Amino acid sequence: MFARIVWLVLRKDFTVEVRSLEIVTTALFFAVSCVLIFAFALVQEGRAPEGGAAGILWIAIAFAGTLALGRTFERERQSETLRALLLAPAARPAIYVGKLLGIVALLLGAELILVPLVALLFQAPLLSRPLWLAIILVLGTLGFAAVGTLFAAMLVRARSRDVLLPVLLYPITVPVIIAGVRATAALLQPEVDMAIISFWLALLTCFDVVFVTLALWTFEPLMTD
Amino acid sequence: MIAFDQLQVEDVSRHFGRRRAVSHVTFTALRQSIVGLLGPNGAGKSTMLAMLATLLRPTTGVIRYGEGTERQHGAALRGSIGVLGHDLFLYPELTARENLEFFAGLYSVRDVGATVTGALTRAGLTERANDPVSTFSRGMRQRLALERALIHQPALLLLDEPFTGLDDASGSALLARLRALRDSGAIIVLATHDLDLAGDLLDRAIFLRDGRMVDAAERPEALRTLYRTIMEQPGSTKPTGGVG
Repeated sequence: MFARIVWLVLRKDFTVEVRSLEIVTTALFFAVSCVLIFAFALVQEGRAPEGGAAGILWIAIAFAGTLALGRTFERERQSETLRALLLAPAARPAIYVGKLLGIVALLLGAELILVPLVALLFQAPLLSRPLWLAIILVLGTLGFAAVGTLFAAMLVRARSRDVLLPVLLYPITVPVIIAGVRATAALLQPEVDMAIISFWLALLTCFDVVFVTLALWTFEPLMTD
Repeated sequence: MIAFDQLQVEDVSRHFGRRRAVSHVTFTALRQSIVGLLGPNGAGKSTMLAMLATLLRPTTGVIRYGEGTERQHGAALRGSIGVLGHDLFLYPELTARENLEFFAGLYSVRDVGATVTGALTRAGLTERANDPVSTFSRGMRQRLALERALIHQPALLLLDEPFTGLDDASGSALLARLRALRDSGAIIVLATHDLDLAGDLLDRAIFLRDGRMVDAAERPEALRTLYRTIMEQPGSTKPTGGVG
């Protein structure tokens, strides 16, 4: 039952996005513009600053994610369909998980374009260890989206939600972004130190477990009143 | 799904901070009846409907669905309630069929295909079933939204301004549908400003003003005149229509 509701919400969000392409185009356009601007500003005579690629990649992911989170719930607000979801006898945490997976899938899709773009513009060997990079990106994206999905749902009726979302989201997700940046930067070193990468991956995993659990626990009471 | 044959609102109040949106409202809605919540803007009609729908919890007082409250029945109670809001709860990017299939899935409706086809037929949208809802007129969306609210055959149907934006034919069709639902055993509670259409429909009218229940009437006749008379009374809280 839980998995079926998750699938229904995820499939619905996917269908709506395929029809409109609204979030994909805005988030991706913004993220790519961000990377290009940083590349023109920081890459001098074909040389990029050390560690810059990891930071720029995660800034682009965070900004694109914030845009996507806002628009996903704005869409549910416009026709009050979030109310309809909450009125269904389905477990409300399943609705949260469905929305979360939709955001994660969208951001991972955007990262498929951002990673080669950053690697190219900053001459960073991001794709030299694709499996490790994929693990870092998945864990970081999940942590960022877990907090963001909860806050975006909570703020959907707030008048100043567009201002409040980043104000609330960034301070809490700073550890995720820092861990993502440090792990990615460690991966770009000529001699990869697996102990450092493992440390940051453990931090990301802890963050994901804590915040996904917290969100599942609080989503129902937060959305009831 | 929880079966129940009456809805009891007992001394219910709802505050938002210091503002009292609903204050000490009491009424009962029986099976096979249509109850109207009538009053000017800000009277507390939508807040009352949101509490009946379990979207808001009363600050004080109790709402009983049959013998149990929302907390006692749990999430299953929501499977017995259908809501048609002023906003229609439809995804404009999805087709009429996709919208109904999605909500039928959320409500764990058996035989989704046949149920959705039947709903599309009743809404008169069979030929537009695969068109996005964004291309529909207000009347077509309203008919589809009603079928969405009824897709799981709820025991309690809550409607907020259901006649808004409908032409005469669509309004008459909605009246006929609501009467048929009442006769089939549903409890219907609707909030409306359209006293002309509601006049022939209501089994009971609850008059609200400033969040308070100022009067109630069984099978009200000359509803517009009655409404005007009640709303012009200064601060009355005692029912004059013979019911409480």
